[in-house]
Amino acid sequence: MYDKLWLIPLLPLFGAIINGLLGKRFLKSEKVIGGIATGVMLLSFLLSSKYFFQLLADEVKVHEQIVASWMSVGNLQVNWEFLFDPLSALMIMVVTGVGTLIHLYSIGYMHGEAGFYRFFSYLNLFCFAMLMLVLGGNALVMFIGWEGVGLCSYLLIGYYMEKKSAGDAAKKAFVVNRVGDFGFLLGLMTLFWTLGSEHGVWTTNFVKIGENAHLLGTGSVVVTVITLCFFLGATGKSAQIPLYTWLPDAMEGPTPVSALIHAATMVTAGVYMIGRMSGLFAMAPTTMMVIAIIGAATALFAATIGFAQNDIKRVLAYSTVSQLGYMFLAMGVGAFTGGIFHLMTHAFFKACLFLGSGSVIHGMHHAYHHAHLHDDPQDMRNMGGLKSKMPITYWTFLLSTIAITGVPLFSAFFSKDEILWWAASSTRGSLWLWGVGAIAAGMTAFYMFRLVAMTFWGKQKTDARAKDHIPESPWVITLPLVILAALAVVGGYVGVPHVLGNIGGLHIPNYLEHFLDPVFGPAQETYRIAIKEAMAHSLLWEFGLMGASVAVGFLGIGVAIWFYIKSPELPGKFTSKFSGLHKAVYNKWYIDELYDFLFVNPIKRCGLFFWKGFDVCIVDGVVNGVGRVTTLVSSGLRYTQTGLTQHYAMWMVIGVVMIVGFYIFG
Amino acid sequence: MVSIDQYLVLSAILFSIGTFGVLTRKNAIVIFMCIELMLNSVNLSFIALSNHLGNMDGQVFVLFIMTVAAAEAAVGMALIIAFYRNRDSIAVDDFNLLKW
Amino acid sequence: MEQIYFFIIAIVAVVSAVLVVSCKSPINNAVALMMTFVCLANFYVMLHAPFMAAVQIMVYAGAILMLIVFVIMLLNLNTVLIQKTSHSVVGAITLAGLVFFQLYYMLGHSSTTSIKGDISNELVMEVGHTQLLAKSLFVEFLLPFEIASILLLVAVIGAVVLSKRNAAAQE
Repeated sequence: MYDKLWLIPLLPLFGAIINGLLGKRFLKSEKVIGGIATGVMLLSFLLSSKYFFQLLADEVKVHEQIVASWMSVGNLQVNWEFLFDPLSALMIMVVTGVGTLIHLYSIGYMHGEAGFYRFFSYLNLFCFAMLMLVLGGNALVMFIGWEGVGLCSYLLIGYYMEKKSAGDAAKKAFVVNRVGDFGFLLGLMTLFWTLGSEHGVWTTNFVKIGENAHLLGTGSVVVTVITLCFFLGATGKSAQIPLYTWLPDAMEGPTPVSALIHAATMVTAGVYMIGRMSGLFAMAPTTMMVIAIIGAATALFAATIGFAQNDIKRVLAYSTVSQLGYMFLAMGVGAFTGGIFHLMTHAFFKACLFLGSGSVIHGMHHAYHHAHLHDDPQDMRNMGGLKSKMPITYWTFLLSTIAITGVPLFSAFFSKDEILWWAASSTRGSLWLWGVGAIAAGMTAFYMFRLVAMTFWGKQKTDARAKDHIPESPWVITLPLVILAALAVVGGYVGVPHVLGNIGGLHIPNYLEHFLDPVFGPAQETYRIAIKEAMAHSLLWEFGLMGASVAVGFLGIGVAIWFYIKSPELPGKFTSKFSGLHKAVYNKWYIDELYDFLFVNPIKRCGLFFWKGFDVCIVDGVVNGVGRVTTLVSSGLRYTQTGLTQHYAMWMVIGVVMIVGFYIFG
Repeated sequence: MVSIDQYLVLSAILFSIGTFGVLTRKNAIVIFMCIELMLNSVNLSFIALSNHLGNMDGQVFVLFIMTVAAAEAAVGMALIIAFYRNRDSIAVDDFNLLKW
Repeated sequence: MEQIYFFIIAIVAVVSAVLVVSCKSPINNAVALMMTFVCLANFYVMLHAPFMAAVQIMVYAGAILMLIVFVIMLLNLNTVLIQKTSHSVVGAITLAGLVFFQLYYMLGHSSTTSIKGDISNELVMEVGHTQLLAKSLFVEFLLPFEIASILLLVAVIGAVVLSKRNAAAQE
């Protein structure tokens, strides 16, 4: 049935190896390299689609496939195994689909870069790791992917390695991710040991973990600790408070990388991981509460920072953090389907937004290059009025922006609404969480329309010498934009909420919820009961909340248009009036500085001590001391080497006498 | 009838004398001859024991020892000549390059 | 009768062995060594191993010793090498004494018995020593025999290479 499943991750790996090994010397041509990289992704996508539709028609929804045995140590039996169920099927569709489009886009965007082959090799390697992550049937195979995407993220952020800021950002991303990975490992080991030693289930397999999670007991301390550790891993990978700081810096990488890794796929790994272990997380109400609170806080907090950034990609980066917060909020209140739904729609519109910003940057860069200027092509203050220059980019960007703000009938409306409804109504939710989510939605609307207004609307603020040379991007760039924009618009219709589906007797079912039910059904059951009750007696509530969140969204749009189009002098007045606040927001609330003060600098000083104090004096001292003692002793002993043959013969005879003596007298 | 022990004691005496010669003499050729003496003492005990035990193996061993001694003599003499050519001496005290 | 003969030959062997290590002139050492070899050949005959006695005379006395004497004469080594070190004599006597003591101790405290073979003196008389030895050498020990032949070949080549004048060094 699904026996070629292993090909899906292996095809990109194959592409990565070919491009990585042969790209520089033999392939050389950009068309060939880009063609290979995109081709393997397309093949992988086609295979994924085949299996996806096969699974849709299949009665059995969960398939496990063991490819080979990996290691077998005592109680630890680990196989190379894949798990193909609705969740991973959806994820591979997103990863390979968006991945293929971004590979195609990259051919145009990376045109003429020195490390073209290197870029595509890394990008393919990333896709391999990501597919291993989502297809992995046990926690260790997933961990390979988990670490692999971290590595590729590091490599790609540091792609412009001649820039110090890129190197620093890559290092930061890697180190912060390591903190999270540590949590993941701790959680995994605790889970393995506890399930094994106390309940006799030695396993890392996800299906078995899900089946046996109830053994740990609902709300017990150990399950809370395990899930909190896993959640720490998720915060690292998915850029949540407190480990979100790396993601904005990661924008140092090329824009397609930001789109693929730091918006659409890798950063959602944490959400996916929680979804994958939903059975376990549902056992730990405390953790769920923590997740919901952290998610909501991140959504709000990142949105505030987005207000004052002038770098087009940074705004999008904070937007990503904020949207990821939404997904965690969904996970925390038990709306696993909602979280994955938002993950999917977010992948579409945020990839489109990033690629659109890349197209803008590409155009600006071209113009500046033409005019021999060295202005920052990413600074929005130099843009404006690009609507007429780049129509396709503009329209796709606008559609995605409308989608992200949650305007009704666009994709994020459905996913956000589901999340907010669960936040308000599930047993774990509360109106507070809903309120934070709604405010964050309004803020999202504000800063996204601020972005559109500053970039595409209004007067052109580009330097006069450059402004007539901004071209529309070539088709390899615009085609993915169009496809992604279309998906961003209609992607939400797979998960229409029940209340809306039933309006006017249409009966549009919630396909996604139905599809993901084999995975999330049991975990969601506990929370669903409350929802049904709430639904029964208050349709009004649901429509009321929906209306309120939409209204907040429109308010945000209105304020943005008022500030940046109707009276462009207002933001200046505003910032001068609240200059302290603006400065704090502009500097991202000084969180980086706080972390530097609290963690980075003490660790640096500690490291300095260990280097100068411990390593140089003690470790090196011991090594050098051993060498010096040897030299000293041997400089005395070498005089036994007289060079006289007969002395050596004498020692031989003495040896023989002693050995024979030992035998006959001993 | 001569007992086996007598042959073995004689062999031990010859062996010890050979050892003494190897350790004291400075002339490389004399040392070489002392080594031949030691080999011969071993040959004697081999043949004595072979006769005593009624077994041919010891005598075959002696043949091999003789082969080795012949080879050794050929190579050893060549070495001594080569050394003499370089150093104008065959005293082992002059073979002292391999020292501190 | 045989005992007396043994002791006479043994005394000659030991005296000539002492002469081998003590004579000043190398040529005298060589002659003394020849004496020892002949005495040993006598013992081999007494031990019913006439073929070994013949080989002893031919290989040792005939070939090896001749080679040594040739080298001595070639190098013109009649000059006496001064015995420089006296302390080593004491040490060497001690060591040689210890070796002898150990060998003697072993004789006294262990037996020389083992599984008896079927080659009696009478059989040697009857069949002939050479034939018995040949049978053993070419049947049981054929492979070592072949290896020994290779060893000899290597020794011949080695001797030629080593004693050849180095043409490059000559120029």
